Amino acid sequence: MSDESRLARSLVSEIHEVSAKIGRQVRLMEVCGTHTVELRKQGIQSLLPPLVTLVSGPGCPVCVTPSGYIDNAINLVTEGRADVATFGDLMKVPGASGRTLSSLTGSGRVKLVYSPHELVEIAKGRGHPVVFLAVGFETTVPTIVSALLEAREQGVHNLFLYTAFKTVPPALRFLLGNPSHGLDGFILPGHVSIIIGSDAYAFLEGIRPGVITGFEGMDMLVGILELLRQIQRGERRVQNAYPRAVKSGGNARAVELIERTLEPRTEMWRGLGPIPGAALGLKAWLSESDAEKTLGIPPAVDREPPGCLCSRVIAGMSTPPECALFGKRCTPDDPVGPCMVSSEGTCAAYFRYGSSR
Amino acid sequence: MCLATPMKIEKIVDARRAVVSEGNVQVEIDVSLLKDPQPGDHVIVHAGYAIETLTLADAEERLELFRKLAELSGEAGSA
Repeated sequence: MSDESRLARSLVSEIHEVSAKIGRQVRLMEVCGTHTVELRKQGIQSLLPPLVTLVSGPGCPVCVTPSGYIDNAINLVTEGRADVATFGDLMKVPGASGRTLSSLTGSGRVKLVYSPHELVEIAKGRGHPVVFLAVGFETTVPTIVSALLEAREQGVHNLFLYTAFKTVPPALRFLLGNPSHGLDGFILPGHVSIIIGSDAYAFLEGIRPGVITGFEGMDMLVGILELLRQIQRGERRVQNAYPRAVKSGGNARAVELIERTLEPRTEMWRGLGPIPGAALGLKAWLSESDAEKTLGIPPAVDREPPGCLCSRVIAGMSTPPECALFGKRCTPDDPVGPCMVSSEGTCAAYFRYGSSR
Repeated sequence: MCLATPMKIEKIVDARRAVVSEGNVQVEIDVSLLKDPQPGDHVIVHAGYAIETLTLADAEERLELFRKLAELSGEAGSA
Protein backbone atom coordinates (compact mmCIF):
# COMPACT_ATOMS: atom_id res chain seq x y z
CA MET A 1 0.00 0.00 0.00
CA SER A 2 1.33 3.46 -0.89
CA ASP A 3 2.06 6.11 1.71
CA GLU A 4 -0.83 8.04 0.33
CA SER A 5 -3.42 5.27 0.71
CA ARG A 6 -2.12 4.49 4.20
CA LEU A 7 -2.56 8.10 5.19
CA ALA A 8 -6.03 8.26 3.63
CA ARG A 9 -7.01 5.13 5.57
CA SER A 10 -5.81 6.52 8.87
CA LEU A 11 -7.65 9.78 8.22
CA VAL A 12 -10.88 7.91 7.52
CA SER A 13 -10.52 5.76 10.63
CA GLU A 14 -9.76 8.85 12.72
CA ILE A 15 -12.88 10.52 11.31
CA HIS A 16 -14.94 7.49 12.40
CA GLU A 17 -13.39 7.53 15.87
CA VAL A 18 -14.00 11.23 16.47
CA SER A 19 -17.55 10.96 15.12
CA ALA A 20 -18.23 8.10 17.56
CA LYS A 21 -16.85 10.18 20.43
CA ILE A 22 -19.18 13.07 19.46
CA GLY A 23 -21.98 10.52 19.56
CA ARG A 24 -24.65 12.53 17.74
CA GLN A 25 -25.56 13.52 14.21
CA VAL A 26 -23.49 16.44 12.89
CA ARG A 27 -24.29 18.53 9.82
CA LEU A 28 -21.34 20.01 7.92
CA MET A 29 -21.97 22.42 5.07
CA GLU A 30 -19.62 22.37 2.09
CA VAL A 31 -20.09 25.96 0.98
CA CYS A 32 -18.42 25.63 -2.42
CA GLY A 33 -19.92 23.95 -5.47
CA THR A 34 -16.54 22.54 -6.47
CA HIS A 35 -16.43 20.75 -3.10
CA THR A 36 -19.98 19.48 -3.69
CA VAL A 37 -18.75 17.82 -6.87
CA GLU A 38 -15.34 16.62 -5.65
CA LEU A 39 -16.63 15.14 -2.36
CA ARG A 40 -18.94 12.91 -4.37
CA LYS A 41 -16.75 12.33 -7.44
CA GLN A 42 -13.81 11.21 -5.28
CA GLY A 43 -16.09 9.06 -3.13
CA ILE A 44 -15.30 10.91 0.12
CA GLN A 45 -18.96 11.12 1.11
CA SER A 46 -19.30 7.34 0.94
CA LEU A 47 -16.37 6.91 3.39
CA LEU A 48 -17.95 9.02 6.13
CA PRO A 49 -19.66 7.59 9.21
CA PRO A 50 -23.50 7.62 9.26
CA LEU A 51 -23.43 10.30 11.98
CA VAL A 52 -21.81 12.83 9.62
CA THR A 53 -24.10 14.51 7.09
CA LEU A 54 -22.76 16.75 4.34
CA VAL A 55 -25.08 19.60 3.39
CA SER A 56 -24.44 21.43 0.12
CA GLY A 57 -24.26 25.20 0.41
CA PRO A 58 -24.99 28.13 -1.87
CA GLY A 59 -21.56 28.13 -3.55
CA CYS A 60 -22.62 27.54 -7.13
CA PRO A 61 -22.67 30.98 -8.76
CA VAL A 62 -24.95 30.01 -11.62
CA CYS A 63 -27.41 28.42 -9.17
CA VAL A 64 -27.78 31.56 -7.04
CA THR A 65 -28.27 33.89 -10.02
CA PRO A 66 -31.97 34.90 -10.31
CA SER A 67 -33.81 33.44 -13.30
CA GLY A 68 -34.74 36.95 -14.47
CA TYR A 69 -31.04 37.69 -15.04
CA ILE A 70 -31.08 35.12 -17.86
CA ASP A 71 -34.19 36.73 -19.38
CA ASN A 72 -32.53 40.15 -19.27
CA ALA A 73 -29.47 38.71 -21.04
CA ILE A 74 -31.63 37.02 -23.69
CA ASN A 75 -33.54 40.28 -24.25
CA LEU A 76 -30.27 42.16 -24.90
CA VAL A 77 -29.65 39.84 -27.85
CA THR A 78 -33.20 39.46 -29.21
CA GLU A 79 -33.81 43.21 -29.02
CA GLY A 80 -30.53 43.81 -30.88
CA ARG A 81 -29.08 45.97 -28.11
CA ALA A 82 -25.88 43.98 -27.58
CA ASP A 83 -24.00 40.76 -28.22
CA VAL A 84 -23.54 38.63 -25.13
CA ALA A 85 -20.42 36.77 -23.99
CA THR A 86 -20.69 34.16 -21.24
CA PHE A 87 -19.08 31.24 -19.46
CA GLY A 88 -20.54 27.93 -20.66
CA ASP A 89 -22.30 27.12 -17.38
CA LEU A 90 -24.93 29.77 -17.99
CA MET A 91 -25.90 28.66 -21.51
CA LYS A 92 -28.46 26.01 -20.60
CA VAL A 93 -30.05 27.71 -17.59
CA PRO A 94 -33.71 28.44 -18.34
CA GLY A 95 -34.86 31.98 -17.57
CA ALA A 96 -38.18 32.68 -15.85
CA SER A 97 -39.61 32.59 -19.38
CA GLY A 98 -38.23 29.08 -19.96
CA ARG A 99 -35.90 30.35 -22.69
CA THR A 100 -32.14 29.68 -22.64
CA LEU A 101 -29.12 31.46 -24.09
CA SER A 102 -28.15 28.28 -25.92
CA SER A 103 -31.28 28.70 -28.08
CA LEU A 104 -29.62 31.85 -29.49
CA THR A 105 -26.25 30.37 -30.45
CA GLY A 106 -27.28 30.19 -34.14
CA SER A 107 -27.60 33.98 -34.17
CA GLY A 108 -23.82 34.41 -33.81
CA ARG A 109 -24.54 37.00 -31.13
CA VAL A 110 -23.86 34.79 -28.09
CA LYS A 111 -20.17 34.08 -27.58
CA LEU A 112 -18.92 31.37 -25.24
CA VAL A 113 -15.67 32.19 -23.42
CA TYR A 114 -13.33 30.07 -21.32
CA SER A 115 -11.32 32.95 -19.91
CA PRO A 116 -12.25 36.62 -19.41
CA HIS A 117 -9.01 37.63 -21.16
CA GLU A 118 -10.69 36.61 -24.46
CA LEU A 119 -13.14 39.49 -23.96
CA VAL A 120 -10.73 42.17 -25.11
CA GLU A 121 -10.28 40.60 -28.57
CA ILE A 122 -13.98 39.71 -28.84
CA ALA A 123 -15.00 43.33 -28.17
CA LYS A 124 -12.31 44.64 -30.55
CA GLY A 125 -13.71 42.49 -33.34
CA ARG A 126 -17.26 43.81 -33.01
CA GLY A 127 -18.47 47.30 -33.72
CA HIS A 128 -21.38 47.17 -31.26
CA PRO A 129 -21.78 46.63 -27.51
CA VAL A 130 -20.56 43.32 -26.08
CA VAL A 131 -21.99 42.48 -22.66
CA PHE A 132 -20.19 39.92 -20.54
CA LEU A 133 -22.42 38.02 -18.13
CA ALA A 134 -20.22 38.62 -15.09
CA VAL A 135 -21.34 35.80 -12.82
CA GLY A 136 -19.03 34.48 -10.12
CA PHE A 137 -17.69 34.45 -6.59
CA GLU A 138 -14.50 36.07 -5.29
CA THR A 139 -12.33 33.55 -7.18
CA THR A 140 -13.61 34.72 -10.56
CA VAL A 141 -14.32 38.40 -9.80
CA PRO A 142 -10.70 39.69 -10.12
CA THR A 143 -10.19 37.87 -13.43
CA ILE A 144 -13.22 39.60 -14.93
CA VAL A 145 -12.47 43.12 -13.70
CA SER A 146 -8.86 42.66 -14.76
CA ALA A 147 -10.08 41.96 -18.31
CA LEU A 148 -12.37 44.99 -18.19
CA LEU A 149 -9.50 47.27 -17.15
CA GLU A 150 -7.28 45.75 -19.83
CA ALA A 151 -9.93 46.56 -22.45
CA ARG A 152 -10.28 50.13 -21.21
CA GLU A 153 -6.50 50.59 -21.19
CA GLN A 154 -6.45 49.51 -24.83
CA GLY A 155 -9.18 52.00 -25.71
CA VAL A 156 -11.81 49.29 -26.14
CA HIS A 157 -15.00 50.89 -24.83
CA ASN A 158 -17.70 48.60 -26.21
CA LEU A 159 -17.19 45.96 -23.50
CA PHE A 160 -19.73 46.10 -20.67
CA LEU A 161 -20.21 43.95 -17.58
CA TYR A 162 -23.63 42.79 -16.46
CA THR A 163 -22.55 42.01 -12.91
CA ALA A 164 -24.02 39.24 -10.76
CA PHE A 165 -20.93 38.96 -8.54
CA LYS A 166 -21.55 37.30 -5.17
CA THR A 167 -19.45 37.20 -2.00
CA VAL A 168 -19.21 34.30 0.42
CA PRO A 169 -18.74 35.79 3.95
CA PRO A 170 -22.02 37.79 4.00
CA ALA A 171 -23.87 34.72 2.70
CA LEU A 172 -22.46 32.60 5.56
CA ARG A 173 -23.51 35.27 8.05
CA PHE A 174 -26.97 35.19 6.51
CA LEU A 175 -27.17 31.38 6.81
CA LEU A 176 -26.09 31.57 10.45
CA GLY A 177 -29.02 33.92 11.07
CA ASN A 178 -31.37 31.02 10.32
CA PRO A 179 -30.78 28.50 13.13
CA SER A 180 -33.23 25.98 11.63
CA HIS A 181 -30.37 24.78 9.39
CA GLY A 182 -28.79 23.08 12.40
CA LEU A 183 -25.33 23.47 10.85
CA ASP A 184 -22.46 22.33 13.07
CA GLY A 185 -19.61 23.58 10.92
CA PHE A 186 -18.44 24.83 7.54
CA ILE A 187 -16.07 23.29 5.01
CA LEU A 188 -14.86 26.68 3.74
CA PRO A 189 -14.11 27.22 0.03
CA GLY A 190 -10.45 26.81 -0.91
CA HIS A 191 -10.28 28.94 -4.03
CA VAL A 192 -12.49 31.79 -2.82
CA SER A 193 -10.20 31.85 0.24
CA ILE A 194 -7.09 32.18 -1.96
CA ILE A 195 -8.46 35.59 -2.92
CA ILE A 196 -10.04 36.82 0.33
CA GLY A 197 -7.73 35.07 2.85
CA SER A 198 -8.51 33.25 6.09
CA ASP A 199 -8.93 36.53 8.01
CA ALA A 200 -12.14 37.17 6.07
CA TYR A 201 -13.89 34.53 8.19
CA ALA A 202 -13.04 36.14 11.55
CA PHE A 203 -16.79 36.59 12.17
CA LEU A 204 -17.09 32.79 12.57
CA GLU A 205 -14.76 32.74 15.60
CA GLY A 206 -16.74 31.72 18.66
CA ILE A 207 -19.83 31.05 16.51
CA ARG A 208 -19.13 27.93 14.39
CA PRO A 209 -16.10 25.87 13.43
CA GLY A 210 -14.86 26.49 9.88
CA VAL A 211 -11.99 24.83 8.05
CA ILE A 212 -10.58 26.21 4.78
CA THR A 213 -10.17 23.12 2.65
CA GLY A 214 -8.45 22.23 -0.63
CA PHE A 215 -9.82 19.95 -3.32
CA GLU A 216 -7.66 16.81 -3.32
CA GLY A 217 -9.15 13.79 -1.56
CA MET A 218 -6.62 14.16 1.25
CA ASP A 219 -7.40 17.87 1.64
CA MET A 220 -11.08 17.11 2.10
CA LEU A 221 -10.46 14.27 4.58
CA VAL A 222 -8.22 16.54 6.66
CA GLY A 223 -10.81 19.34 6.50
CA ILE A 224 -13.63 17.09 7.71
CA LEU A 225 -11.46 15.56 10.45
CA GLU A 226 -10.46 18.98 11.76
CA LEU A 227 -14.09 20.12 11.82
CA LEU A 228 -15.11 17.02 13.77
CA ARG A 229 -12.25 17.50 16.22
CA GLN A 230 -13.34 21.08 16.85
CA ILE A 231 -16.93 19.94 17.42
CA GLN A 232 -15.75 17.22 19.80
CA ARG A 233 -13.69 19.71 21.81
CA GLY A 234 -16.43 22.33 21.76
CA GLU A 235 -14.21 24.75 19.79
CA ARG A 236 -15.44 27.30 17.27
CA ARG A 237 -12.41 28.44 15.30
CA VAL A 238 -11.39 29.17 11.74
CA GLN A 239 -8.62 26.85 10.62
CA ASN A 240 -6.66 26.94 7.39
CA ALA A 241 -6.11 23.38 6.13
CA TYR A 242 -5.07 24.63 2.67
CA PRO A 243 -2.02 26.69 3.67
CA ARG A 244 -0.06 25.77 0.55
CA ALA A 245 -2.40 28.12 -1.34
CA VAL A 246 -4.31 30.27 1.17
CA LYS A 247 -2.72 33.09 3.15
CA SER A 248 -4.27 34.98 6.05
CA GLY A 249 -4.66 38.18 4.01
CA GLY A 250 -5.47 36.47 0.69
CA ASN A 251 -4.06 37.60 -2.63
CA ALA A 252 -3.14 41.25 -1.99
CA ARG A 253 -3.19 42.23 -5.67
CA ALA A 254 -6.60 40.68 -6.24
CA VAL A 255 -8.03 42.25 -3.07
CA GLU A 256 -6.68 45.65 -4.11
CA LEU A 257 -8.18 45.23 -7.59
CA ILE A 258 -11.60 44.32 -6.15
CA GLU A 259 -11.56 47.26 -3.74
CA ARG A 260 -10.53 49.69 -6.48
CA THR A 261 -13.22 48.65 -8.94
CA LEU A 262 -16.18 47.24 -6.98
CA GLU A 263 -18.33 47.96 -3.96
CA PRO A 264 -20.70 45.82 -1.90
CA ARG A 265 -24.37 45.83 -2.86
CA THR A 266 -27.47 44.05 -1.71
CA GLU A 267 -28.83 41.90 -4.51
CA MET A 268 -31.11 38.94 -4.94
CA TRP A 269 -29.68 35.47 -4.35
CA ARG A 270 -31.81 32.84 -5.96
CA GLY A 271 -33.28 30.68 -3.22
CA LEU A 272 -32.13 32.94 -0.40
CA GLY A 273 -33.56 36.34 -1.33
CA PRO A 274 -31.69 39.63 -0.97
CA ILE A 275 -28.61 39.22 1.27
CA PRO A 276 -27.20 42.43 2.75
CA GLY A 277 -23.87 43.34 1.13
CA ALA A 278 -23.41 39.93 -0.47
CA ALA A 279 -23.02 41.18 -4.04
CA LEU A 280 -20.47 43.42 -5.77
CA GLY A 281 -21.23 46.12 -8.31
CA LEU A 282 -18.96 48.40 -10.34
CA LYS A 283 -17.91 51.64 -8.65
CA ALA A 284 -19.11 54.95 -10.07
CA TRP A 285 -15.83 55.62 -11.95
CA LEU A 286 -16.57 52.52 -14.04
CA SER A 287 -20.28 53.21 -14.57
CA GLU A 288 -19.85 53.69 -18.32
CA SER A 289 -18.79 50.01 -18.46
CA ASP A 290 -21.77 48.95 -16.33
CA ALA A 291 -24.31 47.27 -18.63
CA GLU A 292 -27.22 47.80 -16.23
CA LYS A 293 -26.69 51.56 -16.21
CA THR A 294 -25.55 52.12 -19.79
CA LEU A 295 -28.01 49.77 -21.51
CA GLY A 296 -30.90 50.28 -19.07
CA ILE A 297 -31.29 46.67 -17.94
CA PRO A 298 -34.23 46.28 -15.49
CA PRO A 299 -33.82 44.58 -12.08
CA ALA A 300 -33.76 40.79 -12.39
CA VAL A 301 -36.89 39.10 -11.05
CA ASP A 302 -36.61 35.70 -9.40
CA ARG A 303 -39.27 33.18 -10.32
CA GLU A 304 -38.87 29.45 -9.84
CA PRO A 305 -40.01 26.88 -12.41
CA PRO A 306 -43.12 25.07 -11.03
CA GLY A 307 -42.19 22.13 -8.80
CA CYS A 308 -38.44 22.96 -8.75
CA LEU A 309 -36.86 22.77 -5.27
CA CYS A 310 -33.58 24.41 -6.32
CA SER A 311 -34.11 27.34 -3.96
CA ARG A 312 -34.46 25.01 -0.96
CA VAL A 313 -31.47 22.94 -2.13
CA ILE A 314 -29.32 26.09 -2.40
CA ALA A 315 -30.29 27.04 1.15
CA GLY A 316 -29.35 23.58 2.44
CA MET A 317 -33.00 22.94 3.44
CA SER A 318 -33.71 20.08 1.01
CA THR A 319 -31.66 17.43 -0.72
CA PRO A 320 -32.13 16.77 -4.47
CA PRO A 321 -33.89 13.38 -4.07
CA GLU A 322 -36.63 15.16 -2.12
CA CYS A 323 -37.60 16.98 -5.33
CA ALA A 324 -40.31 15.24 -7.37
CA LEU A 325 -38.64 16.38 -10.61
CA PHE A 326 -35.14 15.08 -9.73
CA GLY A 327 -33.89 12.45 -12.18
CA LYS A 328 -37.32 12.25 -13.85
CA ARG A 329 -38.37 15.45 -15.58
CA CYS A 330 -35.11 17.14 -14.56
CA THR A 331 -31.78 15.68 -15.71
CA PRO A 332 -28.46 17.27 -16.83
CA ASP A 333 -29.51 16.73 -20.48
CA ASP A 334 -32.88 18.35 -19.97
CA PRO A 335 -32.62 20.47 -16.81
CA VAL A 336 -35.51 22.33 -15.21
CA GLY A 337 -33.63 24.32 -12.56
CA PRO A 338 -30.11 25.78 -12.28
CA CYS A 339 -29.00 23.23 -9.65
CA MET A 340 -29.19 20.60 -12.41
CA VAL A 341 -27.73 22.79 -15.16
CA SER A 342 -24.48 23.89 -13.63
CA SER A 343 -21.79 21.22 -13.44
CA GLU A 344 -21.31 22.43 -9.86
CA GLY A 345 -24.99 22.37 -9.01
CA THR A 346 -25.97 20.09 -6.14
CA CYS A 347 -28.60 18.28 -8.21
CA ALA A 348 -26.14 17.65 -11.07
CA ALA A 349 -23.55 16.30 -8.59
CA TYR A 350 -26.12 13.99 -6.98
CA PHE A 351 -27.33 12.84 -10.40
CA ARG A 352 -23.82 12.07 -11.70
CA TYR A 353 -22.23 10.60 -8.61
CA GLY A 354 -25.20 9.23 -6.68
CA SER A 355 -26.97 10.46 -3.60
CA SER A 356 -26.44 7.37 -1.46
CA ARG A 357 -23.84 7.47 1.25
CA MET B 1 -17.05 27.50 -11.50
CA CYS B 2 -14.37 28.00 -8.87
CA LEU B 3 -12.50 25.08 -10.41
CA ALA B 4 -8.77 25.79 -10.53
CA THR B 5 -5.79 23.71 -11.64
CA PRO B 6 -2.18 23.67 -10.42
CA MET B 7 0.24 24.38 -13.30
CA LYS B 8 3.92 25.21 -13.67
CA ILE B 9 5.27 28.43 -15.17
CA GLU B 10 7.56 27.60 -18.12
CA LYS B 11 8.21 31.08 -19.49
CA ILE B 12 7.33 34.67 -18.68
CA VAL B 13 6.08 36.37 -21.87
CA ASP B 14 5.56 39.91 -20.56
CA ALA B 15 4.26 41.69 -17.44
CA ARG B 16 0.85 40.15 -17.97
CA ARG B 17 1.34 36.81 -19.71
CA ALA B 18 3.19 33.57 -19.06
CA VAL B 19 3.30 30.11 -20.60
CA VAL B 20 2.34 27.38 -18.12
CA SER B 21 2.29 23.60 -18.40
CA GLU B 22 0.46 20.67 -16.93
CA GLY B 23 1.82 17.35 -18.18
CA ASN B 24 2.27 17.74 -21.94
CA VAL B 25 -0.17 20.61 -22.22
CA GLN B 26 1.14 24.15 -22.54
CA VAL B 27 -1.07 27.24 -22.48
CA GLU B 28 -0.63 30.95 -22.16
CA ILE B 29 -2.29 32.55 -19.14
CA ASP B 30 -2.52 35.90 -17.37
CA VAL B 31 -0.19 36.28 -14.37
CA SER B 32 -0.93 39.90 -13.51
CA LEU B 33 -2.61 38.94 -10.21
CA LEU B 34 0.69 37.50 -8.93
CA LYS B 35 3.56 39.38 -7.38
CA ASP B 36 6.81 38.59 -9.18
CA PRO B 37 5.97 35.29 -10.96
CA GLN B 38 9.05 33.26 -11.98
CA PRO B 39 9.69 30.30 -14.31
CA GLY B 40 9.49 27.10 -12.27
CA ASP B 41 6.81 28.47 -9.93
CA HIS B 42 3.79 26.26 -9.38
CA VAL B 43 0.68 28.36 -9.66
CA ILE B 44 -3.03 27.74 -9.32
CA VAL B 45 -4.93 28.71 -12.46
CA HIS B 46 -8.60 29.73 -12.62
CA ALA B 47 -10.34 30.84 -15.84
CA GLY B 48 -7.02 31.56 -17.57
CA TYR B 49 -5.57 33.60 -14.68
CA ALA B 50 -3.00 32.50 -12.10
CA ILE B 51 -4.56 33.38 -8.74
CA GLU B 52 -1.79 32.25 -6.38
CA THR B 53 1.66 30.71 -6.20
CA LEU B 54 1.58 27.30 -4.55
CA THR B 55 4.05 26.21 -1.95
CA LEU B 56 4.79 22.52 -1.42
CA ALA B 57 4.09 21.34 -4.94
CA ASP B 58 6.18 18.22 -4.26
CA ALA B 59 3.99 15.18 -3.52
CA GLU B 60 6.13 13.88 -0.64
CA GLU B 61 6.19 17.24 1.10
CA ARG B 62 2.45 17.43 0.71
CA LEU B 63 1.88 14.07 2.39
CA GLU B 64 4.04 15.23 5.26
CA LEU B 65 1.96 18.39 5.51
CA PHE B 66 -1.29 16.39 5.57
CA ARG B 67 0.15 14.22 8.36
CA LYS B 68 1.09 17.33 10.29
CA LEU B 69 -2.24 19.04 9.71
CA ALA B 70 -4.09 15.96 10.88
CA GLU B 71 -1.70 15.59 13.84
CA LEU B 72 -1.13 11.96 12.87
CA SER B 73 2.17 10.44 13.88
CA GLY B 74 4.61 9.23 11.21
CA GLU B 75 3.68 5.57 11.62
CA ALA B 76 -0.07 6.21 11.81
CA GLY B 77 -1.99 3.97 9.49
CA SER B 78 1.00 1.80 8.66
CA ALA B 79 -0.88 -1.32 9.79
